Amino acid sequence: MLKQAKLILEDGSEYLGTSFGYEGSVAGEMVFNTAMTGYPESLSDPSYRGQILVTTFPLIGNYGVPGDRKEDDLFRHFESEKIQLSGFVVSDYTEDFSHWNASLSLSDWMKEHQIPGIYGVDTRALTKKLRNGGSMKAKIVFDDQDLPFEDPNSRHLVSEVSTTEIKTYGNGKHKVLLLDCGVKNNIIRCLLKRDTTITRVPYDFDFTNEDYDGLFISNGPGDPKLNVKAIEHVKTAINQDRPIMGICLGTQLMALAAGADTYKLKYGHRSHNQPVLLNGTKRCFITSQNHGYAINTDTLPSDWEVLFENANDNTCEGIKHKSKPFFASQFHPEASSGPTDTEFLFDEFIELMEKYKGKA
Amino acid sequence: MTHNIKKVLVLGSGALKIGEAGEFDYSGSQALKAMKEEGIKTVLINPNIATVQTSKGIADEIYFLPVTPYFVEQVILKEKPDGILLAFGGQTALNCGIELFNAGTLEKYNLKVLGTPIETIIKTEDREIFANELRKIDVKTPKSMAVESIDDALAAAGELGFPIIVRAAFTLGGQGSGFCNNMDELRTLAENALSYSSQILVEESLKGWKEVEYEVVRDAYDNCITVCNMENFDPLGIHTGESIVIAPSQTLTNSEYHKLRSLALKIIRHMGVVGECNVQYALDPNSEDYRVIEVNARLSRSSALASKATGYPLAFVAAKLGLGYALQDLKNAVTKTTTACFEPALDYVVCKIPRWDLNKFEGVTKEIGSSMKSVGEVMAIGRNFEEAIQKGLRMIGQGMHGFVGNPHSKFEDVDQELSNPTDMRIFAIAQAFEKGYSVNQIHDLTAIDKWFLSKLENISKLKWELKKFNQLDALDSTLLRKAKVYGFSDFQIARFVLKPQDGNMEAELLQVRNARKKLGIVPVVKQIDTLAAEYPAQTNYLYLTYSGSENDLTYENDNKSVIVLGSGAYRIGSSVEFDWCSVNALNGVKKEGYRSVMINYNPETVSTDYDVCDRLYFDELSFERVLDIIELEQPKGVVVSVGGQIPNNLSMRLHKANVKVLGTSPESIDRAENRKTFSAMLDYLKIDQPRWEELTSIEAIHNFIDEVGFPVLIRPSYVLSGAAMNVVSNKNELEHFLNLATQVSKQYPVVVSEFIQQAKEIEFDGVAKDGEVLIDAISEHVEFAGVHSGDATLVFPPQKLYFETIRRIRKIAKEIAKSLNITGPFNMQLLAKDNDIKVIECNLRASRSFPFVSKVMDYNFVELAMKAMLNGTIPSQMPSMFELENIGVKASQFSFSRLSKADPILGVDMASTGEVGCIGPDYYDAILKSMISVGYRIPKKAVLISSGPIRSKIELLQSTQMLQEKGYKLYGTRGTAKFLSENDVEIEAVAWPDEKGEKTALDLIRNKEVDFVINIPKNLSENELYNDYQIRRAAIDLNVPLVTNARLASAFIYSFCKKSLETLDINTYSHYLS
Repeated sequence: MLKQAKLILEDGSEYLGTSFGYEGSVAGEMVFNTAMTGYPESLSDPSYRGQILVTTFPLIGNYGVPGDRKEDDLFRHFESEKIQLSGFVVSDYTEDFSHWNASLSLSDWMKEHQIPGIYGVDTRALTKKLRNGGSMKAKIVFDDQDLPFEDPNSRHLVSEVSTTEIKTYGNGKHKVLLLDCGVKNNIIRCLLKRDTTITRVPYDFDFTNEDYDGLFISNGPGDPKLNVKAIEHVKTAINQDRPIMGICLGTQLMALAAGADTYKLKYGHRSHNQPVLLNGTKRCFITSQNHGYAINTDTLPSDWEVLFENANDNTCEGIKHKSKPFFASQFHPEASSGPTDTEFLFDEFIELMEKYKGKA
Repeated sequence: MTHNIKKVLVLGSGALKIGEAGEFDYSGSQALKAMKEEGIKTVLINPNIATVQTSKGIADEIYFLPVTPYFVEQVILKEKPDGILLAFGGQTALNCGIELFNAGTLEKYNLKVLGTPIETIIKTEDREIFANELRKIDVKTPKSMAVESIDDALAAAGELGFPIIVRAAFTLGGQGSGFCNNMDELRTLAENALSYSSQILVEESLKGWKEVEYEVVRDAYDNCITVCNMENFDPLGIHTGESIVIAPSQTLTNSEYHKLRSLALKIIRHMGVVGECNVQYALDPNSEDYRVIEVNARLSRSSALASKATGYPLAFVAAKLGLGYALQDLKNAVTKTTTACFEPALDYVVCKIPRWDLNKFEGVTKEIGSSMKSVGEVMAIGRNFEEAIQKGLRMIGQGMHGFVGNPHSKFEDVDQELSNPTDMRIFAIAQAFEKGYSVNQIHDLTAIDKWFLSKLENISKLKWELKKFNQLDALDSTLLRKAKVYGFSDFQIARFVLKPQDGNMEAELLQVRNARKKLGIVPVVKQIDTLAAEYPAQTNYLYLTYSGSENDLTYENDNKSVIVLGSGAYRIGSSVEFDWCSVNALNGVKKEGYRSVMINYNPETVSTDYDVCDRLYFDELSFERVLDIIELEQPKGVVVSVGGQIPNNLSMRLHKANVKVLGTSPESIDRAENRKTFSAMLDYLKIDQPRWEELTSIEAIHNFIDEVGFPVLIRPSYVLSGAAMNVVSNKNELEHFLNLATQVSKQYPVVVSEFIQQAKEIEFDGVAKDGEVLIDAISEHVEFAGVHSGDATLVFPPQKLYFETIRRIRKIAKEIAKSLNITGPFNMQLLAKDNDIKVIECNLRASRSFPFVSKVMDYNFVELAMKAMLNGTIPSQMPSMFELENIGVKASQFSFSRLSKADPILGVDMASTGEVGCIGPDYYDAILKSMISVGYRIPKKAVLISSGPIRSKIELLQSTQMLQEKGYKLYGTRGTAKFLSENDVEIEAVAWPDEKGEKTALDLIRNKEVDFVINIPKNLSENELYNDYQIRRAAIDLNVPLVTNARLASAFIYSFCKKSLETLDINTYSHYLS
């Protein structure tokens, strides 16, 4: 008999589902994602740390989970070393996967990483609840193993996913210092493709006196304001002239360092279909996104400007410094999962470094 | 946004044909709507009179003219437009546009092609240029060689190695394409393909690869999106129009999905498409290797499907982009707040299944492959694959109850069925599971991805679980719910659990319904909102599912909903005309102040556009699902009389379930449908009918025939487009046919009626209220009775009927309307011979000819019918057909060229796939325009005649004399030549195809020495002699116009001898009405 488990939200609503992952209760923040592909990537994305994810696309597990082959000391098919989210809720789960590149089923992978998952839930109803009520605390409960609700955003999630030691990747001509707040592997891959040497440092590492051509501030989970040390270090960096690129949380840290404010979105942007406008142009890009916080553009200092804006809700999707080589995107140009249309932003970063080195 | 376009010309796609169906009514209508919103005047050329787009209020001016360069130029001269839209009328419009461009016409009149530049279109249409262009940007295409002769084709195959695929360039739906395993096969195929196109392609075969499509949009600012991707259930080798398709793709990883997606963007950017484009890929099932198979730089069947699958109005957006809008300037049509520059996120899956009608044709091969044969399609929506496919298999309307539970589908050699796909392969898979085949075994035989097969196996397994039970109480609610979640109908569950021996199972399926409702197992309503619930939807595009716990809608329960049941998949006998009726019924409902609710599942229609009604349920038209929706809507009533036979057949069942059926009472409908009661009524009213008898034994049939004599017409009781109906002329044919007829429906005995020859057939269309006829339209067939009314050529108002005949028909209609107390639309078919009038059929619903007569008469019969049904105010003045100054002719479109080996003859079983209607100031003008519209060409040099039986020889005598006067060279088969020579017609006799050593009729066709073929079959039904069949088939395969009916041949000849292209009247629809 398949085991049943309950998804309980902080507003009291309950959804009964059938377990297909690890059979242990868990609490976290309930969020939804509307992407139609890429569950192995999402599950291993450090930005989902502490969250219980519901996918609106109902059929999950179809192509199984790829093997753990490594390239450049990174898992080729995953975004980090393990499953990062706390729980997974879907409508229809497929155990009999079919794909040439699959090694195991999603269920087996989740069991291996001790992550619970349930299927058979009205995920559309659940998503509408989150849309109307905002992201909320939730728990997946098995039998009598109840546990209290917990807000993961009160924890310093970045410290849970950042590297603890300094690591070096590649041997290219551009020296990139990567501030790891929970970096996705594909960011590293995108940089390595572009002739770089990457020094990956922990989130609280003081890199200000290091030798590098460009600073890269990664994505990561949780409330950006909790990253006090990192913000301090970025503040120092923006007083210098070396190029800086940020993604997602990295964007928020750059804004906070510049003196702007951030706020929590009602239910965030988690999808592969977010349109962003390049300010002052007719160009609109389809982007992959995964964020719960955003920059309050009214608070941006006068030497900064909005680089990208969301075409649906006008929220800030990127900023840049008016004169210095600093820019950042709230969305994910590295995709994985999602559309790759904005990968050219990495080229911009390389160009900025080249230009900077030319001057220096 | 600035553009200086004031008037645009829009090219339609003409008659529905295989490969080009109703989807272009949908895309054309959307484009016209987009132009209208911009205040641009629109001029539409489309002879398809049954479409929504050729209705008043959609285009500013309409020309019911052939979509060919000559007529388009005439319209340009008259209208002086400054822009032209080529992408919304399928391959017909695109090819016409290319011809206009090549001839310099577009430049001459300074006509701007809006959207994708014509140079881009040409690049994507010519496969060699296309492959070269893709090579420039490092995108892979199949290894391929373009050749222009058979010898070069053979040489190319030598280089590439077998198996190979042959394709003809510039054709629709893969016409003239196919796989070859050796030189002989290649020779045959190449010869055929070269008759359609001067260029053919010989390519590496990628059989077994996955086939994936993307619908891509680009604006003039280089912003690109992919609106939808779709994966074929059947691997490459089966045309995408012949394949079951699922959207979005199910077996592609993120990496594969986005690799192909970014390639699509790269291609569309390089090609410079502005608007919409479709990219088809082959994807290796064992790596990420791929090939680009095809790019269509126009709206297509796939784009219509993608629009319906996602809720993203591709055609509308493409039209706006053609005017210079940026994607982000346009709004998402569903949320109305977010931008149209996004990629829809689906929270469901859709499954498209083709509808074939191969059984309608003599001799056609049932195998499916790289050329399209299906005539329509359905789209099923579900929250898992099992639900979607089971819904879809019911929707195709061929008596199937889903994936399992279809006892009549039995295959003798399952392995053969699995490895050589036919239209029935999915049911062969069901049988294979039944026989214990594993997913792996089936995969080895079919190359279908195991993911799909495992899902189908789930359904099969669940069936066995259900079969363990014998009563509903014993079934636990978890299993019952699971069955519903996996798309099992109440009927299937009743069949597996209750196991009734026979009967229609009505009682049993209602038992299941009640049992599950008691357990709270009911479907929920979900919205299609383009953003997977991220933003609220402002539209009601809906489907029902059992994978859910709450409805997206709250219902008013105000008794203000009127549900209109649509017509389902396009098929032979039910096509775009019923879509027109459905859309106009919805308009009528709205005008009477009610909430308009539509149920239909055909993605190629306008009625399934969410903005034509207040609520659209894109779901099954089954008794079960319609009841589900009625229980939610609590409507004022249901309209069953505008969607053809599917809703009509539901009327009595709904009535028995206490549903209010609007208009004529279901008892009356039943009385008209049931031959016995209808005949008794006619007898009582003293209205004549052909003698007939309902017979249950062979002996009784023989006795009856002894009385009335051959030929007789044999048919089952409930008929759609003459299914399994046939005329038999002798005992042999009778024996042969009786076997077929009894297989069709055991519930109803065989009906045999006397068949009257040389009789005129007349069509009566009318609307009545409370038994009083409000308006009528009488049209006559050009052909004598014996040609199905859906294949016949109609003339309205009638030109050659006695006044007496008309008067008597009206009297009959009046009496029938009164007796059946008709409220709403109705239609009769009658025979007239020397003023003797017999009623052959009466349908208490809108008919195929409703849009035609409504448009020619300029009076909307369907809206009037809705007024009658909803008690609206009926105007006191009605127009009369006697007042009409112009004549309409409706001609039929056949798709025999698509149906390899089918005998292109006409009989009592319908064979046409579409129709046109043209209006002219006189009979010949209208005949000629309509016949050119369905693909006939005025011959330039020579005509080949085989005039069949003596009756048709005489019929054709005068017209052949006319041909001679006009200077045509005439060839005849022996008997014909002899007869005509004896009657002073100069004609050269040629040999029959099987006479070796002489110049045969076939040689004339092959060498293109004749450009018109008349071949009249010797009798109405017998499998034609080999020779005649050869001539007809050669004419079709080599694309030489063919007529097989003497009366029609005569009318055509008269028309082109009395008129020339240049003397045809070029005028707008509104001109003919004023």
